[in-house]
Amino acid sequence: MLRYSLKRALSLLISLAVASLVIFAVIEIAPGDPASFMLGVNAQPDTLAALRTELGLDQSKAERYVSWITGMLRGDFGTSYTYRTPVSQMIADRMWVSLPLALYALALSTAIAFPAGIYAASRRGKVGDLTVMSATQLGVAIPNFWFAMMLVLVFAINLRWFNAGGFSGWDKGLVAGLHSLTLPAIALALPQAAILARVMRSALLDILGEDFMRTARAKGLSRRQALWRHGLRNALIPVLTIIGLQFSFLLAGSIIIEQVFYLPGLGRLVFQSISSRDLIVVESVVMLLVFAVITVNFLVDLAYAAVDPRLRSRT
Amino acid sequence: MSRNLILGAGLSSLVVLAALLSFVWTPYDYAALNIPAKLQTPNAQHWFGTDHFGRDMFSMIMVGARTSIAVALLAVGIGMSLGVPLGLAAAARKGSWLDELIMRGNDLVFAFPSLVIAILITAVFGAGAVNAIIAIGIFNIPVFARITRGAALSLWEREFIMAARVAGKGAARISAEHILPNVANLLIVQGTIQFSLGILAEAGLSYVGLGAQPPTPSWGRMLADAQTMVSFAPHLALIPGFAIILTVLGLNLMGDGLRDWLDPRIRVARS
Repeated sequence: MLRYSLKRALSLLISLAVASLVIFAVIEIAPGDPASFMLGVNAQPDTLAALRTELGLDQSKAERYVSWITGMLRGDFGTSYTYRTPVSQMIADRMWVSLPLALYALALSTAIAFPAGIYAASRRGKVGDLTVMSATQLGVAIPNFWFAMMLVLVFAINLRWFNAGGFSGWDKGLVAGLHSLTLPAIALALPQAAILARVMRSALLDILGEDFMRTARAKGLSRRQALWRHGLRNALIPVLTIIGLQFSFLLAGSIIIEQVFYLPGLGRLVFQSISSRDLIVVESVVMLLVFAVITVNFLVDLAYAAVDPRLRSRT
Repeated sequence: MSRNLILGAGLSSLVVLAALLSFVWTPYDYAALNIPAKLQTPNAQHWFGTDHFGRDMFSMIMVGARTSIAVALLAVGIGMSLGVPLGLAAAARKGSWLDELIMRGNDLVFAFPSLVIAILITAVFGAGAVNAIIAIGIFNIPVFARITRGAALSLWEREFIMAARVAGKGAARISAEHILPNVANLLIVQGTIQFSLGILAEAGLSYVGLGAQPPTPSWGRMLADAQTMVSFAPHLALIPGFAIILTVLGLNLMGDGLRDWLDPRIRVARS
């Protein structure tokens, strides 16, 4: 297990290094000089030069890459070109919206998908199964931002159960905070729940054909008892992997959903920074998201290997 | 042929036909402003109603189909034309440094949240249909490379490949003449699925303003425009939404149906 973990950790580091190089390179070839963008077209050459020195733009590319990486390792993400505030602070503020939103959506998606998948598998080929499967077909075809607009139309504009957008902030209490994240979380969770329900169903159907399930039945367990005691636990392995992967989709998906609900999260930060060409913010947020995704996948791999010893020897 | 395949192919061809037809005919000029006729609900003159500039929604949906299909199709094209040769090469040189390099590169692209990178690319190089195609296309490459390699690996073990090697054919020629035709079915099915994902991705990118730019209509941007008016003109949001859902649904059903239809084992089991 230790050997496997170290090997995976090494590949995690390589992935992160290559990812950071790619992101840095893409931002580097972006046209336009941040200093002249900040000062406008009428800037004096010496002020421009001074600002370039202050921002570290006069250093070589390699120096800037190294200082970006070492800075990030210390938690220093640089200073925003437009707001002149530390990027780490801006990210930390927004994180308190995006992360709870992604986790909320993950919880919802699991809460919907598990019963739906189990129900469909237990009613295989019958009307109940067909209904759930058709619903999941529809679920994966609906763009989440459109679903979000429909939720706003019905539950915010017509029924007035929720606000159409904005975030109350956590200082008004957990309930108020969760209340304002509910519609976005539902919109985000829907397509993921559809995928997860399909995975849950097929994982269970695979398990139902296994010998140990037949043994469980032969022992006198009813279909339902065998499914709950033996089937579900074994089916969870592939399902957990998908849940891990979904976290990254949810985090990335929240970027668009935040636009629909005007939520002050990482997504809005990215778009604001793009429109003001505040590329250092874009660079750091993207790196952070990639870091989160790669790390979550790494943890899922480790958890998977811990559960299923056969995997450790394979790589 | 299954019901899925017929229904899926029907829906998909409807959208493709609308897109093709829009080159020669639309009920109105999709860009023509007609403020007095603004925000009409669907009626006999304007089948899908009009938007806040009085533009005909039906014409915009038709031309928008063109944008969606073009972006998604080209993105699948990028993915296939780069991913398939990479997958074939990796399989032909299984276990070599080349295989290792290609597969690790694939893992890396997979690790990026695709939407985030699409946003990065369009942010840096500017918003537009071409950059959206590239951004979506990049993420199709590892999908096709992986699926091609997986299928090709099992083919390399088969006798007819052995025979081709004995006949003196090189790895490249065997890949092109024997492996590729045998993985084609799989690629068609995957292509359909990636096509539908491409439609969704394009809609998402153009919704946040990073897709095709005005005046070119796109379904995603029609939704973005509709957002502030959804309370008094819901048809502005409903119609492009239904267009996206039906297209994606059609392609997914077609993919499922094709997979069953092209897989002889399932076909035999059915009949």
